[in-house]
Amino acid sequence: MNTDIFGIVLIFLITIALAVPLGKYISKVFKGEKVWTDFFAPLENFIFKISGIDPNEKMDWKKNMKAMLLLNIIFFIWSFIVLLLQGTIPFFNPAGIANMEPALAFNTVASFVTNTNLQHYSGETGATYFTQMLVFTFLQFVSAAVGIAALALLFKGLVQKQATDLGNFYNLFLKSCTRILLPLSFIVSIILLLNGMPETFSGAQTVVTLQGDTVNVATGPVASMISIKQIGTNGGGYFGPNSAHPFENPNYFTNMVENFAILFIPIALVFAFGYYLNRRKLAWIFFGIMTILFLSFVIPTVSLEMSGNPQITKMGINQPMGSMEGKEVRFGAAASAYWGVSTTSTSNGSVNSMHDSQTPLSGGIYLLDMMINALYGGVGVGFINFFVYIIIAIFIAGLMVGRTPEFLGKKIEAREVKIAALVLLVTPFLVLIPTAIASIVAAQNPNIGWLNNPSYHGFSEMLYEFTSANANNGSGFEGLGDNVYFWNISTGIVMLFARFLPIIGPVAIAGMLAEKKYIPESAGTLKPESLTFAVMVLGIILIVSALNFFPALALGPLAEFFSM
Amino acid sequence: MKHKKTVKLFEPSIVKQSIRSSFIKLNPVYMLKNPVMFTVEIGTLIMLIVTIITLVNPLANQGSFLYNFVITILLFLTLLFANFAEAIAEERGKAQAESLRKTREETPAKLVMSDGSIKLISSSSLKKGDIYLVETGDTLPADGEILEGLATIDESAITGESAPVIREADTDHSGVIGGTKVLSDRIKVQVSTNAGESFLDKMIELVEGAKRQKTPNEIALTVLLASFTLIFLFVTVTLYPFAFYAKTILTVSALVSLFVCLIPTTIGGLLSAIGIAGMDRALGANVIAKSGKAVENAGDIDIVLLDKTGTITIGNRKATNFYPTEGVNANEFAKYCYLSSVSDSTPEGKSIVELAEKNNSANTSGELLNEAKFIKFSAETRMSGVDLKNGEEIRKGAWDAIKKYSLKNNGEFQEAELRVNEIANNGGTPLAVAVNKKLLGVIQLEDIIKPGIQERFLRLRKMGVKTVMVTGDNPLTAKYIANKAGVDDYIAEAKPEDKMNYILKEQREGKLVAMMGDGTNDAPALAQADVAVAMNSGTQAAKEAANMVDLDSDPTKLLEVIEIGKQLLITRGNITTFSIANDVAKYFAIIPALFSITVPALNVLNIMKLSSPQSAILSAVIFNAFIILALVPLALRGVKYKPIGASALLRRNILIYGLGGVVVPFIGIKLIDLFVSLFF
Repeated sequence: MNTDIFGIVLIFLITIALAVPLGKYISKVFKGEKVWTDFFAPLENFIFKISGIDPNEKMDWKKNMKAMLLLNIIFFIWSFIVLLLQGTIPFFNPAGIANMEPALAFNTVASFVTNTNLQHYSGETGATYFTQMLVFTFLQFVSAAVGIAALALLFKGLVQKQATDLGNFYNLFLKSCTRILLPLSFIVSIILLLNGMPETFSGAQTVVTLQGDTVNVATGPVASMISIKQIGTNGGGYFGPNSAHPFENPNYFTNMVENFAILFIPIALVFAFGYYLNRRKLAWIFFGIMTILFLSFVIPTVSLEMSGNPQITKMGINQPMGSMEGKEVRFGAAASAYWGVSTTSTSNGSVNSMHDSQTPLSGGIYLLDMMINALYGGVGVGFINFFVYIIIAIFIAGLMVGRTPEFLGKKIEAREVKIAALVLLVTPFLVLIPTAIASIVAAQNPNIGWLNNPSYHGFSEMLYEFTSANANNGSGFEGLGDNVYFWNISTGIVMLFARFLPIIGPVAIAGMLAEKKYIPESAGTLKPESLTFAVMVLGIILIVSALNFFPALALGPLAEFFSM
Repeated sequence: MKHKKTVKLFEPSIVKQSIRSSFIKLNPVYMLKNPVMFTVEIGTLIMLIVTIITLVNPLANQGSFLYNFVITILLFLTLLFANFAEAIAEERGKAQAESLRKTREETPAKLVMSDGSIKLISSSSLKKGDIYLVETGDTLPADGEILEGLATIDESAITGESAPVIREADTDHSGVIGGTKVLSDRIKVQVSTNAGESFLDKMIELVEGAKRQKTPNEIALTVLLASFTLIFLFVTVTLYPFAFYAKTILTVSALVSLFVCLIPTTIGGLLSAIGIAGMDRALGANVIAKSGKAVENAGDIDIVLLDKTGTITIGNRKATNFYPTEGVNANEFAKYCYLSSVSDSTPEGKSIVELAEKNNSANTSGELLNEAKFIKFSAETRMSGVDLKNGEEIRKGAWDAIKKYSLKNNGEFQEAELRVNEIANNGGTPLAVAVNKKLLGVIQLEDIIKPGIQERFLRLRKMGVKTVMVTGDNPLTAKYIANKAGVDDYIAEAKPEDKMNYILKEQREGKLVAMMGDGTNDAPALAQADVAVAMNSGTQAAKEAANMVDLDSDPTKLLEVIEIGKQLLITRGNITTFSIANDVAKYFAIIPALFSITVPALNVLNIMKLSSPQSAILSAVIFNAFIILALVPLALRGVKYKPIGASALLRRNILIYGLGGVVVPFIGIKLIDLFVSLFF
């Protein structure tokens, strides 16, 4: 087998093999069962004590969601203030970086609070060490923990029988940080450090190159940020070029470790569902559905990128390494394409190659992947998004077999379907309407300087930006000149709505299901553990996402592809 | 014989009335109830304005007048077809109800005044609580409950059942229906409903779209469809700026056409027709549902409580075998059996006489009965019989009673005892016969299980419905019959409150329970059950407590109702799937057409090779409109339900309606295009 392909197959299999035990561990953490990380308990209790929170208080879905919003508002205010004043903070700023401009600060804070990490600034020149650590790295932990804790609420809602209690958000949130994110990113940091990633507080290094030029090379506390960037599906890099930068991703091995870290928790959470609800077969079916779609994105992308740019082929130039524009030679085409699908599947958004430069169909696949946003998905929220598809699929499938739909012993009735139907609206609204506005502005002001590329590709750049913001992904078609008021404010708003509405809706559904009577399965019940139901879910995912975006994708990547 | 009151699918008079209502239903106030079709109406209005503009100003860049005009007409047809579907479902329901109502035209009623005198008034002026008298040959003027007397009544006008039925005061069969005819005797009846408020009137209200309450399930689907509609509104509205960026100016007709094709008009247009048709089908089965929800709930039933007698077994126990002891002549024994039972009016007694007559012993024993003395059954002796003139003392009774009564004779006793145990173990009831205190043999009484009932229970089991038999028999007999009939569970030695307790227990576990009942003592359980069907012959209390009334008073009707409920949901689900799956082909028709000149690369997507952009859009719109009309029969009849298990059923329906929904429009649009391309 081709070594490039062997590399990605191997890392994918390793990821799955390790995700299963992690899923079991996470379900134990959610349930509050004994785990080896219990030595964190005194620390957690201390934090609860000084913040006056009772971690054992039973809270219904509304109270939990209020807690979630409250925490996020606090994170938002803290980060906003720091960014506005970062240049005036006297320490951790060896490069003398200035305060951030308010619109960019709004975008940046929205972006990190929502686990998006759509970076309209450049890390080397736009953020102090203080900001990188106490805003960015901090938010990368807590925003990931918010997603994971929200999923824990959802799980609890599915097992409860006629109860309102969904667990305690504060407790689940803190434990997600200490028991899941902290240990994992610690391990990943060590591996990355050992492979030459910098972790330092001293300023830029001055280097004299072989040609005799003097170059200032930016460094900083990189390794600690990169581990949580990948583990928490954040994606926000220390440096502007993200994981394409040699200090953020030194070699093929670190590339594989980082790619592993991107998928690790998202896949593990699918298995955590199985362990938590004791429906392991169902978890495997869900994993199977996601994986079929994931692979159907990976395979064409890898093959497209490996076979090179057709325009260059037309010129009679051989491309043995595949299409290498915007890619790093140390990773190669296959690993770059695999990363591209991984990062767009999981709302991670870190990149090890420039998506803007990939072949049009690959770009289209990344877009579609983010429009679905539930193939493993972001930590916690990916499965929450998937849950909405399940509700819709269960409802329609239930009708098709002549029975009021049930999922896991709970009747899916009008209220739940109404909420799910509203959540379905969020993505088309937040992607299509802003892209439409941007299209008009761009078409009427050809010299506005947003688009580095004309025509269909320019359209894809705008579509990608809002799709990425909506998916809380954070990657970009970097051709877009996005650090302007329009993009900073519009994507900031999109990110905030796209983050919280799709969490609150499904958790509300879980809260309602928790209050319902449990109905044991009978011969007439449609069992979700069946291939047929899996096909149904697959169909719903494709129809709901692909159908809505077909015209947009046709005018962007498809038109570009067919014009080549 | 029964005749089902079915109305032909497209009866000319109904179609005519439905076409008229399709126009009346265009009233926006009414359309607002159906968000999907309401947006189509707005789209039609927009197109109408655009058409007028192109007429006034042909240079408005909105395409030709003719083309816009045709699109407007097609959208208008889409609306009419949807309204027609609903209208025809309503009209059929009304026609069905009307044919039942015809039986209750004005009839004279003999009102019993408070002083006991009789006053002749018209049936329409009878009020609830009034008491009327009917005698042989009279037609009952109104629904009610017998207060006094017993009568044979011909109910064929309502139920189609030609055999007369007996209705009697103070029994569980005290309910009578207006429009039926008294064949013999006289009864006093208390009117149970005011004119215009009978169950039938309620049913007619339910099938009328405007007054119909949507079921929760229907509301959920409506919301989901509204959500899809809104999404496709975003898709079409944003397509204009997207196209503008790609240097394409889209016409209003193109956008409206795309929008109408994408939104789920097929299910949106047929949704209420499907709901009404479910009620129609219930009515066609002579079941009056008091709400649409009741019919839908029937599809969800987990457990059915069925009375043994009349539902699982035919009437009462019957004699099936005579077992004379050794040395007793079989004919001789049959003769004594006949003599012992000839005065016994219980159903068991009659069946012994029938069996004996079959054995040809009746003729010979006729004259023996002259001056015979009949001994009635008493609780003390637990025997009945006859003392003949010739001195013979014939006794029939329970085994232990006869054993005590007879003279000891070990050989016969042992033989008979074996037989008795065998009969009891096989679910039968043994009776012993003795003559002159000498044991002659044993009669076997058995429950006769209705033919075909096992298959019905099997069908129910495949649907996931558990059947429970309720009987007054002892547990041994009950178990035997339960096994033989194939029910899943039984309640033996049942008291009226046992049904209630069973329902409560199952409901606590989240199950939905259905039952059928007739007696007043069934009323609490009927009220508690999720689906309760009262027999029309039952008491008023039972009918009030139930949410459906079966005009045929047929205990197996419950099974039909369950299938109707399932069919209703399945039809809704499958047409939804079909409708959404259609969008794939419509995209492939319309998107390349919109950009054929400005983005020629997208012509690759024109996989149907439609002849021209205009023809492509027209074909999609035509398909979209006429598919509604094409599916009206399916909506009215309902998708056939097959009890093959949920997963298998889903697989089947995904293949037919999901995959079919993807493929059919590709073929349909292509065919329409071949025709349309002759003109555009």
